[in-house]
Amino acid sequence: MYKLLIIGATSAIAQATAKVFAERHPKDLALFLVARDGQKLEAMAADLKVRGAITVDFAVLDLNDFEQHQSVIQQAVQKLGGLDTVLIAHGTLDDQQACEQDYQHAEQCLRTNFLSVVSLLTPIANEMEKQHYGCIAVISSVAGDRGRQSNYIYGAAKGALNTFLQGLRNRLHRSHVHVLTVKPGFVDTPMTAHLKKGALWAQPESVAVGIYQAIQKRKNEVYLPWFWYGIMTVVKNIPEPIFKRLKM
Amino acid sequence: MADNYESWGRFPKVSQRIIPLSWRHEPLPLPDDAAIPILVQGVGRSYGDVCLNDGGVIFSARGLNRYIHFDAETGRLCCEAGVTLADILTLCVPQGWFLSTTPGTKFVTIGGAIANDVHGKNHHRAGTFGNHVVQFELLRSNGERLLCSSDSNPQLFAATLGGLGLTGLITWAEIQLKPIAHRAIQAETIQFYDLEEFFTLSVESDAPYEYTMAWVDCNSQGRSFGRGIFFRGNHIAAEDAPKTWKVSKRTLTMPMDLPGFALNRHSVAAFNFLFYHQQSQKSVTKLVDYNPFFYPLDAVLRWNRLYGKQGFLQYQCVVPYTDHRIIAAIIQKIVDSGMGSFLAVLKTFGQVASPGMLSFPKAGVTLALDFPIKGAQTFELLEYLDDMVVEANGRVYPCKDARMSPKNFKHYYPQWETFAQQVDPSFSSSFWRRVTR
Repeated sequence: MYKLLIIGATSAIAQATAKVFAERHPKDLALFLVARDGQKLEAMAADLKVRGAITVDFAVLDLNDFEQHQSVIQQAVQKLGGLDTVLIAHGTLDDQQACEQDYQHAEQCLRTNFLSVVSLLTPIANEMEKQHYGCIAVISSVAGDRGRQSNYIYGAAKGALNTFLQGLRNRLHRSHVHVLTVKPGFVDTPMTAHLKKGALWAQPESVAVGIYQAIQKRKNEVYLPWFWYGIMTVVKNIPEPIFKRLKM
Repeated sequence: MADNYESWGRFPKVSQRIIPLSWRHEPLPLPDDAAIPILVQGVGRSYGDVCLNDGGVIFSARGLNRYIHFDAETGRLCCEAGVTLADILTLCVPQGWFLSTTPGTKFVTIGGAIANDVHGKNHHRAGTFGNHVVQFELLRSNGERLLCSSDSNPQLFAATLGGLGLTGLITWAEIQLKPIAHRAIQAETIQFYDLEEFFTLSVESDAPYEYTMAWVDCNSQGRSFGRGIFFRGNHIAAEDAPKTWKVSKRTLTMPMDLPGFALNRHSVAAFNFLFYHQQSQKSVTKLVDYNPFFYPLDAVLRWNRLYGKQGFLQYQCVVPYTDHRIIAAIIQKIVDSGMGSFLAVLKTFGQVASPGMLSFPKAGVTLALDFPIKGAQTFELLEYLDDMVVEANGRVYPCKDARMSPKNFKHYYPQWETFAQQVDPSFSSSFWRRVTR
């Protein structure tokens, strides 16, 4: 039985990824879902059961409630009887201007997108280190690759997350635990519903297949869709004296 | 799949605001201005403007794509309205269940199949899609959630089946599937020389065959007039099922719009000639997968680009089969115009009563074909055909329509005023405003 824990399970990318797992592991998947909204979790659990998951359990939790992290991870480990893969998919795309005007906003953005992941991965990493196997996949963002005026608070949170995951990967390598950093570009989800869509936008379903494949191939880092690797290589290599003049 | 919320015929072009729906239990995100009309769209596979809302809001139901319950013992499936028939087949066929009836594409949502009360090759046995809907939940703009079935809110149930999405949002629906022993179909294709032969084949096939339909050449005059190919088939029985079966997953995608001149009298005639002569014998029987049998066009994704940017019109009518000369006269008119495209479909509808107030199918013979838009003459021809259908006491299918006149709509659907009483006051569509003007 494949044991999968998904945190931030009701996000569009997480939902799509859970479906891919259910399809690729028919009658061989045990799931534990964590998210804030119980009604959504119930709808998702029923769907995944019809799609062939053997068991789907869930816990309702606001991930900004750090004190509950340790116990919810324990609960998941107990229910599943171990962890094959953990997918961390929660996040918020905060309003950059609000973050600039008010530190409270900026701090909230950093807490949700960076610190909460550190808090969750502490017990998860320790558990997997004990197990001597497993995969930790975390959804970060291309926004963490370089600070830009249009979203640098969110970008700073994701950048810090990327650095944290590099270190964690380095630490867990000798315990045979695989750490995957997922860097999606623009994805058409409720989180981005207010933004205008163009040719670079991807559907969560295609990003989900990319995540599944990267987990199977034990990649360290993956840009989704793939062409973001090229775009971000260019963006990262523009000299700072020029970059600071650009409107991005 | 169309991702810009156009309809499949890509005509008319409209301007509308898109709001995606993600969860069935959430309230409708109504616009602040209550005067702005709202409409729900599935995947935009209806041809004309029943799925469009010019100047209004479109709620996209694609995100309502979760299953709720499937009982593999009884074949009852309950799911959200944005689940597509393709999804349902992927889930249910390996477990021995099939759609009780299916339209010619599987890339439609269950909500769309209900809203247009679609039909398939087994109409003469199974009736319409609505005949197999057990119940659904309707979310009205005032926030009410109504369980609709033949027992509960029967008026709204009947209005919503074939109700073109005007009665509210279908959040989820429960349907009855039918058992099959294997995914293969025992299929026979038979050449016929004229319409008389088509009718003879129809009459003799309806009892022994679950699925019947025909392709008719709408381009050939004289001796070839009314020629075509008759398709009939049955699900294979358990004892005849093959031990191994290879499923082809290959699809092509139409990469770009073809220029308007690519489809003309000569290219269509050449296609029809080849299609008619695809087999050298009068009749060929073979075992085929359900995909090519039911959904031959689904193998080419976005085939609507064949007709170019300006789009196309599909015309589908049904006329009673008391007199074969009516359908012959309609086909003659199309042949004379030289404007019809390839792949005209001919099928007899059976006696099963359609469950929806505004359902299209009724006993008779139905003809469907595409027309590339070549200016006013295309619209004039279809208007002329409309009048022939009125005279024959027939109907034209709203799901395919982008241009029928209000007068003719009211002729085809005299019950429209009873239906209008069930329409949600906040819901409307480009089609509805056009035909009730």
